[in-house]
Amino acid sequence: MAAVQQSKFDRVCAILDKYDKNPNKLIPILQDIQEEYTYLPEDIMTFVATALGISSANIYGVATFYAHFTLEPKGKYIIKVCDGTACHVKKSDGILAALEKELGLSKSKKTSDDLLFTLETVACLGACGLAPAVVINDKVHGLMTPESTIALINEIKEAEAK
Amino acid sequence: MKLEYITIDNCQVLLEGEKNILDLCRKAHIELPTFCYHSEISVYGACRMCMVEVEGRGLVPACSTPPAAGMVVRTNTKQVRDLRRMIVELMLANHEENCTTCPKSGDCRLRKIAIQLGVEKVRFHKVNAPATVDDSSTAILRDPAKCVLCGDCVRVCKEIQSVGVLDFANRGAEAQVVACFNQKLGEVECVNCGQCVKVCPVGALTPKSHINQVWSAIHDPEKTVVVQIAPAVRVALGEYFGYEPGVTTTGQIVTALRMMGFDKVYDTSFAADFTVIEEGNEFLKRYQEKKNLPQFTSCCPAWVKFAEQYYPDMLDNLSSCRSPQQMFGSLCKDQLTKMMDIPREKLVVVSIMPCTAKKFEAQRPEFAQDNNPDVDYVLTTHELSLMIKEQGIAFSHLDPGSFDMPFGFKTGAAVIFGASGGVSEAVLRYAASALGVKGTVDVNRLRGQEGVKITEVTLGDITLRLAVVSGLANARRLLDAVRSGQEHYDLIEVMACCGGCINGGGQPINEEANVRPDRAKGLYDNDKMMQFHSSEENPYLNKMYDEEISHEIAHKLLHTTYNNRRRIDHEELSLITSEPDQKLLEISICFGTSCFLRGAQELYTQLMGYIHENGLESKTDFKATFCSERCKRGPVVTINGQVLEHCTLTDAVTVIRSIIG
Repeated sequence: MAAVQQSKFDRVCAILDKYDKNPNKLIPILQDIQEEYTYLPEDIMTFVATALGISSANIYGVATFYAHFTLEPKGKYIIKVCDGTACHVKKSDGILAALEKELGLSKSKKTSDDLLFTLETVACLGACGLAPAVVINDKVHGLMTPESTIALINEIKEAEAK
Repeated sequence: MKLEYITIDNCQVLLEGEKNILDLCRKAHIELPTFCYHSEISVYGACRMCMVEVEGRGLVPACSTPPAAGMVVRTNTKQVRDLRRMIVELMLANHEENCTTCPKSGDCRLRKIAIQLGVEKVRFHKVNAPATVDDSSTAILRDPAKCVLCGDCVRVCKEIQSVGVLDFANRGAEAQVVACFNQKLGEVECVNCGQCVKVCPVGALTPKSHINQVWSAIHDPEKTVVVQIAPAVRVALGEYFGYEPGVTTTGQIVTALRMMGFDKVYDTSFAADFTVIEEGNEFLKRYQEKKNLPQFTSCCPAWVKFAEQYYPDMLDNLSSCRSPQQMFGSLCKDQLTKMMDIPREKLVVVSIMPCTAKKFEAQRPEFAQDNNPDVDYVLTTHELSLMIKEQGIAFSHLDPGSFDMPFGFKTGAAVIFGASGGVSEAVLRYAASALGVKGTVDVNRLRGQEGVKITEVTLGDITLRLAVVSGLANARRLLDAVRSGQEHYDLIEVMACCGGCINGGGQPINEEANVRPDRAKGLYDNDKMMQFHSSEENPYLNKMYDEEISHEIAHKLLHTTYNNRRRIDHEELSLITSEPDQKLLEISICFGTSCFLRGAQELYTQLMGYIHENGLESKTDFKATFCSERCKRGPVVTINGQVLEHCTLTDAVTVIRSIIG
């Protein structure tokens, strides 16, 4: 765990150097850092502000403006339930409710305590033909039901338990 | 040259280089409602209150639309009127309306505009989410439920002060103005200048009130309560009672304070004369020894905190003199208690200041003895006006009174402190006299409202290079040039607020006019009316120096030291954690601004390399901190409690070897 923290911090230093510590490159810098940590940790943001010579409030503003950035640690598996028009009429809310119940999550608590799952909704994945659609990490699963979604989750849990 | 006009509401208005329609409307004596337009900060165009109709173009925001010859503008059509009223209704639906108990009530622009536009009813239901008031700062109170998201505070903090404490976070209906990571104002890099308070159109940012504490002290029969008034207050308070900006109302203020029950009414300028002598001597000494130049003034507490945060390497250049407010406080608690024969804790010192940062300054731990502060409470000019009104005093009808002695006597040099350039001028007057220079010194270029004033002044056979800056963004530019060796000065005066204390965060808000030149003139006129114009002529001050205040006592009462200061509280980052029961080394490296500039990142890489090469990972806790408050001596590394300043890899390795054997 410790070595992981250190190598990540080294990566942050390398990312800052890659962009010449240029404050105009803030968004790509944050994107790269989020890739490293899966989220934007507060202390790292303070360090980035110091390195770029801008205020921490400025970085916080950018990080909270874009839905892409997150300030909370995310789970290993990110589940995106599509709630666009097509998926919504095909009862995506039932899938969401089943997932929330199964994983003990809610609108305000999006990541499970074991940091395995993060549950999000998206407005449209552009996969309306497969409605209702669920994406787990980068894999799209179409024509889902609450039951088939829970089955997928259980598969992941079993694989992780090994 | 052909004259060009535009038409506003059927009137021809001459174009004279105005950048936007809003300024032209003001020239045509039409005050368009606006929340987000301030001539000194960037145009933002967010509030949409200043929308006007331009023939052939429809609705446009007046603040961000440049005028063109022949344009036909209407400021009050049905469409404009409906739009403005709806914007106000939407704002009110999202605004906590407790106007009768809101500290901003009298100055609230939202309330004023709602009345001006005749909004009688809000059609939308209330949607504002409950928000907690942030009272963590010693100077400024933040109430997010009142915020209308005009962004004025964000821009003034970033553009005028280059601090950037506040910014927008989130978006759409979730948008808020917050400090970084939603931290409290008292925990971040805010310098307490109060310029955000001045531009906030509603009660989202207000000075933290000391009114109730002051009334309690006055009404406590056990306590003797004395009050000091800063120079800038006397030329501004009158604006609350119908006087023109810059009119001096010192006499009425003194009478009002006596009526309110203060036991003694004194003048901060008395202490400012001490500041001039102490700072002048300090400067002449440094100049002769060519040491720690340029000397920076230290009267402005917002500037002092700014320097502690961002220019820790230059803190030795700050004058060690306390500000006049704090000199006054320590003189009262030390000398006045002896004169009056009362114990320190029975004497309450109240100061009336144009400033919110003075509230912060009064609570700095170095200005207290056994938890008893030298200055107990600080009221802003605005708070004093509220107290006068609370008691029902008809201010403009008062007979003038005069200050109590001896702490009420001052020279003209001490009164001009309130205007940018005043401190420098006062120090130069004293320096000229100390060096035996005959005739008057030309100081006109130190006066005026420019943000940066640079001049050379000849005193006998020496020529001094001076800079007078106001506005911290101006100060930052100048300091960076000094730091890099591009510019050289002997004396630099810095005031955080543009124009100096006359434009402080606690002063009256006057939207209609630029009141700064008038208030400054008021102070310079006060100087003209004084019998003495140079601080060493103050007979009461000389008497105190002769009889009570030895060199040692002066050093104790009138000087201070500065600390490096981290910008944001409690942030650290764990990089390596040792295995349980194997910990031998606890290393932390500082990544604060100053250490960063001094190569902390490179040192970190080398040190981490050393740990790995020697297989020490399992035995080491390695942390990054974000300011160890020893910035002048960075980069700073701490190893098992041992602090290594100016640390190199060799230093660190030597210590690590001595520990691991």
